[in-house]
Amino acid sequence: MVQLREFLTNLFANYYEAAAMILFGIGFTSLLMHRNLVKKIIGFNFMDSAIYLFLAAKGYITGRLAPIITDGNTDPRLYVNPIPTGLVLTGIVVSVSVTAFSLALTCRLYDKYHTLDIDEITYLARKERD
Amino acid sequence: MELVQSFPFITIVFSLTCGVFCAVLRGNRARTLCLSWLTVTFLMSLSVLLYTLKSDGYYIYRMGKWNAPWGNEIRVGVLEALMATAFSGVMLLSVLGGLNHIFEDCEAEKTNLYFTMISLLMSSLFALIYTNDLFTAYVFVEINTIASCALVMLKSSGKTLVATTRYLIMSLLGSGLFLLGIVMLYGITGELLMESIAEKVREIFASGEYSLPLTVIIGLFSVGLAVKSALFPFHSWLPDAHGSATAASSAVLSGLVLKGYIIVLIKIFYRIFGLSVIVSERVSNFLFLFGFLAMILGSVGALRERDLKRMLAYSSVAQVGYIYAGLGMHSQAGMVAACVQILAHAVTKPMLFIAAGGFMDVSGGNKDMASLTGAGRRDPLGGAAFTVGAMSMIGIPSFAGFMTKFTLTQGALQAHTPLMIMALAAIAVSTLLNALYYIPAVFTLFSRRDDGKYAGVRARYTPSYAGATVAFILLNLGFGVFSQAIVDAVSRGLAMFGA
Repeated sequence: MVQLREFLTNLFANYYEAAAMILFGIGFTSLLMHRNLVKKIIGFNFMDSAIYLFLAAKGYITGRLAPIITDGNTDPRLYVNPIPTGLVLTGIVVSVSVTAFSLALTCRLYDKYHTLDIDEITYLARKERD
Repeated sequence: MELVQSFPFITIVFSLTCGVFCAVLRGNRARTLCLSWLTVTFLMSLSVLLYTLKSDGYYIYRMGKWNAPWGNEIRVGVLEALMATAFSGVMLLSVLGGLNHIFEDCEAEKTNLYFTMISLLMSSLFALIYTNDLFTAYVFVEINTIASCALVMLKSSGKTLVATTRYLIMSLLGSGLFLLGIVMLYGITGELLMESIAEKVREIFASGEYSLPLTVIIGLFSVGLAVKSALFPFHSWLPDAHGSATAASSAVLSGLVLKGYIIVLIKIFYRIFGLSVIVSERVSNFLFLFGFLAMILGSVGALRERDLKRMLAYSSVAQVGYIYAGLGMHSQAGMVAACVQILAHAVTKPMLFIAAGGFMDVSGGNKDMASLTGAGRRDPLGGAAFTVGAMSMIGIPSFAGFMTKFTLTQGALQAHTPLMIMALAAIAVSTLLNALYYIPAVFTLFSRRDDGKYAGVRARYTPSYAGATVAFILLNLGFGVFSQAIVDAVSRGLAMFGA
């Protein structure tokens, strides 16, 4: 009982990270399980956004500023670490290009089979000769 | 700093640039540019290898001269240089060997994009081999994924599109887990360079905090990269993707792309966590178990396959199992075996796929064993290459594959008893199964009982195909003859590979 309470307190204290993990789980399962290709791609974006939320939440400290020195004050305790934000930006670029690639692939599959259901597409493709 | 020390950086960045140029050139010119650049990268990697062998130590190349905790680093030792040399050479030979097929399978105005993807793939493989920074590794893992998916879907039939989709989905799941692992590790340690992370991880382990998150992180890295490198329960996408692509793509994907991810995993184990932690967290037991299953069940899958390229793809599943079994053996000898297997498989499997492409040419484009009966007589050069590859896969001495089995057995003999028995049994059973499907395949290929449909067909050799197959055969025999030197180099490389 005490352990459970401690667990819940920790969970609520780190609610950003907890939410990020739940979103990651949702994204992961839809990418894995959904039959619709577009929903799979949405799932992938969920998954990556959850990771960026996790990074951004880890990288921000309440009350501190972005590390841009305007008034000559170079005390590091005033500012947050800029690297997590930079990682989020890099990650977004990567996931945008992967999303573009998967959408292009989905378009080609839809043109060919007129459906977005991966099981049906697999069934149709298996019947044709290569 | 000597010029040769900048070569790894030059190979990474200029391969990317070469990809950009290929995208705007016409097909033939893109081919010339890409092939000549691959030759240059091979020579550069070779000179880096000679330099590291002579200087006997690793060196660190700082990007933009930023110092350790902030900068991005490339770290080059004997092992990295050896891998880079082997990978660039095999890439060059695979593209040369499959050159005709590329121009046949690809839409005429899009051929240049194939060479773009080859350049991007080469760049990302170099980066995965050399990088010392986790996030850079992630970015290049994704570049690798996109480039290799594009290589599969080049032949735009329905089957390849579906295979690409499945490959892409599995890869995205894998890289999602890998990214989550990186982010969680960054959350705990606040570092991205491998040595700095290793220092923090040692402190954290000594303090006893965060033991559960660290286990989870090691699990995420292992599962994420295992999915991408087709370790046994996650291999379902591989036979479709590698079986349906054009010859050069299959060769490159099977021989090199899978290994790129495994190198990252070895790097994470060695440089960040250290072997003792991996063993105490029992991760290596799981890796060994799945490698063990892959060695046997991959071969069983290949045994049941009647389609030559899919058979070769299933054999890759088994061969990846050898690598993971070596990684999971808790010993230095097992690690050496894993690295030797990476190299041996990289020089063998592309040869088999290129030969399979040649057989399809003389069998009306079919790849089922019935149509391929006698194909080795119609295409003797491909037949010779396939025979050498099959011998190497079975593990006949003086071919490349023998050294894998030899070092793996040495590793097994050093392990504790239950693991030793399992490993020895797996090596024995898997060798038997390999022989059971490769030897009948060779016999069918050289059989005189072809049904006459393609009996009159003779292979018309182009210089690129003939040159590539001969070079592959010589490479394989050379690997077999000088295998002791290679094992020594790998051991020396591994000794300086860690933190």
